Amino acid sequence: MANLKELSKRPDGFSPGHRLCAGCGIPIIPKLLYKVTDYDIVVASATGCFEVATTIYPYTSWLKPFVHSAFENAAATISGVEAMYQSLKKQGKIPANRKLKFVAFGGDGGTYDIGLQSLSGALERGHDIVYICYDNGAYMNTGIQRSSATPYGASTTTSPAGKVIPGKMQRRKDLTNIALAHHIEYAAQTAVSHWNDLATKLQKGLDIDGPAFICVMSPCVPGWMYPSDQSIEVTRMAVETGYWPLFEMDHGVFRVNYRPKQKLPVADWLKLQGRFRHLFRPEYTYVIEEIQRQVDDYWEYLAHMEQAFPAPPK
Amino acid sequence: MFKLKNWKEVPIGGAVDQPGSAMENKTGSWRVERPVWNSEKCIHCLRCWVYCPDMSVNTLDGKITGINYDYCKGCGICAQVCPEKVKAITMQPEQ
Ligand SMILES: Cc1ncc(C[n+]2csc(CCOP(=O)(O)OP(=O)(O)O)c2C)c(N)n1
Ligand code: SF4
Ligand code: SF4
Repeated sequence: MANLKELSKRPDGFSPGHRLCAGCGIPIIPKLLYKVTDYDIVVASATGCFEVATTIYPYTSWLKPFVHSAFENAAATISGVEAMYQSLKKQGKIPANRKLKFVAFGGDGGTYDIGLQSLSGALERGHDIVYICYDNGAYMNTGIQRSSATPYGASTTTSPAGKVIPGKMQRRKDLTNIALAHHIEYAAQTAVSHWNDLATKLQKGLDIDGPAFICVMSPCVPGWMYPSDQSIEVTRMAVETGYWPLFEMDHGVFRVNYRPKQKLPVADWLKLQGRFRHLFRPEYTYVIEEIQRQVDDYWEYLAHMEQAFPAPPK
Repeated sequence: MFKLKNWKEVPIGGAVDQPGSAMENKTGSWRVERPVWNSEKCIHCLRCWVYCPDMSVNTLDGKITGINYDYCKGCGICAQVCPEKVKAITMQPEQ
């Protein structure tokens, strides 16, 4: 990966003036996306904060081609664009050496939930696309409703912590592993707090011919409830406590890309955010213990995956 | 603010034919606190540049040159990610 100095000198693909909240983590992804590659990229985005806040008519933050999509079908939209490109190339209407890349964005609601079917279809059909899910752990744009990516124990407007439940009582779906069950060459989980890991994975996803899937943890100020200057720190702590491991499946090799030197207790991440504030009441200690158990359990699973899909001997 | 197109002028599909037109929207007006960058303390590690969500840390030839107050929303991330030993950016109340 190029260093930051080199990246900063490369052309921009995404402009300021967008209406995402102050401190929103999402823009870091498109900023880097256009910097890591020389390919021309066509983007489609499912509705959600990202699409809504960057394309308020007649304004757009996109400096490169961008296609709107409904909530549930960004993967189908980008599949169609990619298929048209392949066809026009065959017909000789686009020069054979004109290399384009196709990227779809969706939030976790638009990807884990309502867009899962179109994503699965696109991955199975084998389009040359990169699907990027920015995972802020809820339907943020419509006012913080729980999704299947919302962490266990998080309070949202549809899983409100109170006398009856201590927040959401279901475990987060492991979408990256669902994606890689489509036998695709590249699937990865990363976070906006680790720019080098993020940039490297974006580049790998773009470089392969065929479908790639990348799930990026992206912090949300109103949804997670923390001061806006803490966006990167809160996300970094999700990685340092092991809640959000950085891993990839790359051409049949499974790798955990970062191992915290000293895995901090998950409570250190939870306590930074208002959506988990209720868990620190004495009666809900068991919920924090359960989240820690889930984290430890998941790291064991990752270890099995590394053993099952090792790097080939040199 | 540029002129809105009438129905005869709007491209097919409602396409927007001015890439980056969002730059007409000066989000700097959202700011409550402003980041103040100290050129003498800065070591040009570019962490603020990479993590700013509003592309508001200006660079030239791989070096920081200042903050773009037209768009900076004052989130404070740049000041937070500046290395502990450097702290070249401080947040100050907007007048
Ligand atoms: C079919 C359909 N149902 C509901 C909506 C309303 N809607 C717009 S954005 C959104 C939430 C998107 O959530 P997510 O995908 O997690 O992205 P985020 O808002 O968090 O960026 C919803 C429910 C819609 N646009 N289309
Ligand atoms: S609600 Fe959250 S995800 Fe949406 S723009 Fe604001 S910070 Fe970003
Ligand atoms: S305060 Fe926020 S928007 Fe302004 S320059 Fe710093 S990181 Fe960018």
